Amino acid sequence: MSAYLIRRSATAIVVLFGVSVFIFLMLHVIYPTPAIDVLGPHANKFSIAQWNRQHGFDDPWVVQYLRYINQVLHGNLGYSYKLNQSVASLFHERWERSAWLSGVTLVLSIVIAVPLGIYQAIRRNTLGDGILTTGAFVTYAMPDFFLYLIAIDLLAISFPIFSFEGPQTTSMISIIFDFRAMTLPIVCLTLLNLAGYSRYMRSAAIDTLAQDYIKAARAKGLPERLVLLRHLVRNAFLPMITLIGLSIPDLLAGNLICEAVFNFPGLGLLFYNSLGNADYPILLAYTLVGAVLVVVGNFVADIALTVADPRIRLV
Amino acid sequence: MTNLGSALPPPELARAPEGGAIGPIQTGWRLAAREFAQNKLALVGLVVLVFFVLFCYLGPFVYHGPLSSNLESTNLPPGAGHPLGTDNQGFDVLEELMIGGRAALEIGFLSAVIGMVWGAVWGAVSGLAGGLLDGFLMRIVDVLLSIPFLFVVLIVAVRYGASVLGLSIIIGIFTWQVPARLVRGEVLTLRVRDFVSAARAAGAGWFRLTNRHLLPNSLGVIIVTATFSVADAILAVATLGFLGFGLQFPTFDWGDMLNNGISYLQDGYWWQVYPVGICIIAVVMACNLLGDALRDALDVRLRRR
Repeated sequence: MSAYLIRRSATAIVVLFGVSVFIFLMLHVIYPTPAIDVLGPHANKFSIAQWNRQHGFDDPWVVQYLRYINQVLHGNLGYSYKLNQSVASLFHERWERSAWLSGVTLVLSIVIAVPLGIYQAIRRNTLGDGILTTGAFVTYAMPDFFLYLIAIDLLAISFPIFSFEGPQTTSMISIIFDFRAMTLPIVCLTLLNLAGYSRYMRSAAIDTLAQDYIKAARAKGLPERLVLLRHLVRNAFLPMITLIGLSIPDLLAGNLICEAVFNFPGLGLLFYNSLGNADYPILLAYTLVGAVLVVVGNFVADIALTVADPRIRLV
Repeated sequence: MTNLGSALPPPELARAPEGGAIGPIQTGWRLAAREFAQNKLALVGLVVLVFFVLFCYLGPFVYHGPLSSNLESTNLPPGAGHPLGTDNQGFDVLEELMIGGRAALEIGFLSAVIGMVWGAVWGAVSGLAGGLLDGFLMRIVDVLLSIPFLFVVLIVAVRYGASVLGLSIIIGIFTWQVPARLVRGEVLTLRVRDFVSAARAAGAGWFRLTNRHLLPNSLGVIIVTATFSVADAILAVATLGFLGFGLQFPTFDWGDMLNNGISYLQDGYWWQVYPVGICIIAVVMACNLLGDALRDALDVRLRRR
């Protein structure tokens, strides 16, 4: 176990290093120096060159990379000269809102997907399963923004039950209790997640149902309810652990389009607005955060699975 | 990736051929083709895809002719002359759909080709080389798989502008990792097989080995991944266009049409939103159905060999 842990951590660190190099190189190519943003669009090239020299932007890129990684490791993700605020503080203002939106969605999706997938596995190839499968297939093929548009058109414009945009306050408390504004984003995101999760749960449950221990449990006369609860759910849930780990990056970085459509003041909307401003420090810092979360999510998923499933600890 | 295929083989596969009649021995590919043809959903996917190719490339020759805007007839509802109405610049929506689909199909196809070729070569080299080089090449795959692909596509589109070729390349750059992994896996299992050893013993170099023996045998994996990646690319392009950073005016694009359409959602101009959305869903679903069916068909081939 500890050997596995060490090996797995080493890989994660190598990948994190690679990610940082990639993001740095992108920043270096796309936005080599903030001189124009600092000195203004009319700055002549001599003052730009001088500014670059003073601030180390004409050093070799290895030196610049080391400086960059040093800053990142100290929590400094860069500085947005367009908004005149550090990227870290911008993220700090907004991350809770994104995390709330995706956290609620994630919990809802799992709570719904597990029973749904098991129901479909038990009743597979019946009418109910067919309808749910078709629904999942269509939702899966749907561009997410199209679902948001349908929801807004139906439930906010034609029948104005909910608000067509997310809450516009900055206080967490009022966001949490603003059901009128939060319902549509949460429901849409949950539906989109469900399309993948329930399929995953369905095939995991079908695989588990074919196992001998299920037959044995039934053969010894265990009530079907207990077969499902004790033997099926616990085993079929294992692949879901991986899926949940892989969803960790979505907690902060998964709602880009949803937040842009619903004008929800989270990290995704910040990214969208920065695209319009061509504010590269924010864009690349957000990409870095997203990538690091992916690596961390994979790592956590692998570790959690070995903790939950004693059978794969032997490796 | 989509996991929507049937998890269990259909029951008829487990049965022996009826009447004990054994037809001519089927080679792998022909068997796969037969399995594919028996899958009704696959045929639906194929028909939808062929329909859209004809719709986008031949449609404008049959319907209307050169796309032009008429500022005196903007936002017309569907009716005579304009079966799907007109948009806010007086373009005929149906014709815009035809022209706009071309970008989606071209980027989907081109990025898949780029991704598959690159991924196949990378995976084959990695699997054959083994050792340190293999580890290095695969860590690069890990790194690129960790980077949120949509963010990078958006940033690059904002910085350098979007074009069909540019988007195909940048999407292709984030497509090759999965086929690279899969091809590497195939190569790792293939390279210890007897026919590869025989080829080696006959003095085949690594190029001939890869080209003649390893890649043709991992073609199934590549084709299945390619189908799914076309769907992913079309969704990515639509998203880009919808957010307003996609292909710009002289090129028409489904995502961009949606982006225009939502401004009029409140006015009830549904024809500017729903037909486009349905087209995107139809094409993406067709690709997914096709991918699922191909995966099943090729798996069968592998199982029966």
